[in-house]
Amino acid sequence: MSTIIESPRQPQQRASKGRVNWEKYGWIYMRASGVLLIILIFGHLFVNLVQGDGIKAIDFAFVAGKYATPFWQIWDVVMLWLAMIHGSNGMRTIVNDYASNPTVRRILLGALLVAAAVLIVLGTLVVFTFDPCSTLIPADQALSFCPVP
Amino acid sequence: MSTATLDSPPAPAEAPIPTFTVTMMVRRFNPEVDEEPRWQDFDVELYPTDRVLDALHKIKWEQDGSLTFRRSCAHGVCGSDAMRINGRNRLACKTLMKDLDITKPIYVEAIKGLPLEKDLVVDMEPFFASYREVQPFLQASSKPDKERLQSATERARFDDTTKCILCAACTSSCPVFWTDGQYFGPAAIVNAHRFIFDSRDEASSVRLDILNDKEGVWRCRTTFNCSEACPRGIQVTQAIAEVKQAIMFGKR
Repeated sequence: MSTIIESPRQPQQRASKGRVNWEKYGWIYMRASGVLLIILIFGHLFVNLVQGDGIKAIDFAFVAGKYATPFWQIWDVVMLWLAMIHGSNGMRTIVNDYASNPTVRRILLGALLVAAAVLIVLGTLVVFTFDPCSTLIPADQALSFCPVP
Repeated sequence: MSTATLDSPPAPAEAPIPTFTVTMMVRRFNPEVDEEPRWQDFDVELYPTDRVLDALHKIKWEQDGSLTFRRSCAHGVCGSDAMRINGRNRLACKTLMKDLDITKPIYVEAIKGLPLEKDLVVDMEPFFASYREVQPFLQASSKPDKERLQSATERARFDDTTKCILCAACTSSCPVFWTDGQYFGPAAIVNAHRFIFDSRDEASSVRLDILNDKEGVWRCRTTFNCSEACPRGIQVTQAIAEVKQAIMFGKR
């Protein structure tokens, strides 16, 4: 009840006019991607965990099978991009709300940007360059259709 | 048809109205003495029909004249005495003692998020600064000989937001406003809404532009603290959502 909330600074000068207003597009993006993500994530969960043999069906071959079809490649990449940007943008608003020190704020926002960018690039790379017959896989675990080295 | 006459028996002597003692915990701050605000308790004898403002008056008039708070009309119209009572922003003059749990102390403190000046008085300037920024006045180019006509439907469109008394209960209950005071705050948006949706006004696009800012309506997290705090029952969060809609899709 007696939580002390520090007095805020005086309002600063508003941003100069004429700049693109990203806050509006950020706000719209959160709503739009949220709706799409509900479909994508629950579709993903249903296909992986419920359909067919359910959770027991998941193994390397299952993932390899999914990534052999462009449909699931696109599905997973869209889900990755939407979810990563949605989550990072949400974290960004939390940082903006709570990090009052400008240096701390810049560091946190930079870390968020780097984390999101690395995960998006890495994930996209994995989905499109996935090779079920990679030579890195031990011979006894290789899939049946792969050429024997 | 019978009328009351002097012959009727005198009414029985009225039983004294029961009173009770309430402990008021007031968050005091004297900038000349105190480093930090401190809680002070007062025991006050009150009627159930008394309001928190009456309790504060009793303290100021009978116990400690140095207690400082704002009040003007004392009837919920001027919006001077918004304060945080038992952790909720309300008007002291509209909060009846019987509606509070008087078995426990009643905690009264200044509204949050604005610089504390003394006891229950805060510096309202940041609040009014953001109010002024939304240009809360009618802007029309025509100069009619008589009044500007408006249909009942057009008037009803913004009726809810005309009720604002600028008490700052909403803005000082908003967690986004607490964080850094950069956000316009619900009260400024409510007063912008009042003119944006007024058919007689011609500057709504200017106001929408002002509110389509980094610190504008998009910082609203729809926590509904403002709608809950408003002593006039304005649907503040809905008004903010309508301004967001107007920025995205144009006025409707």
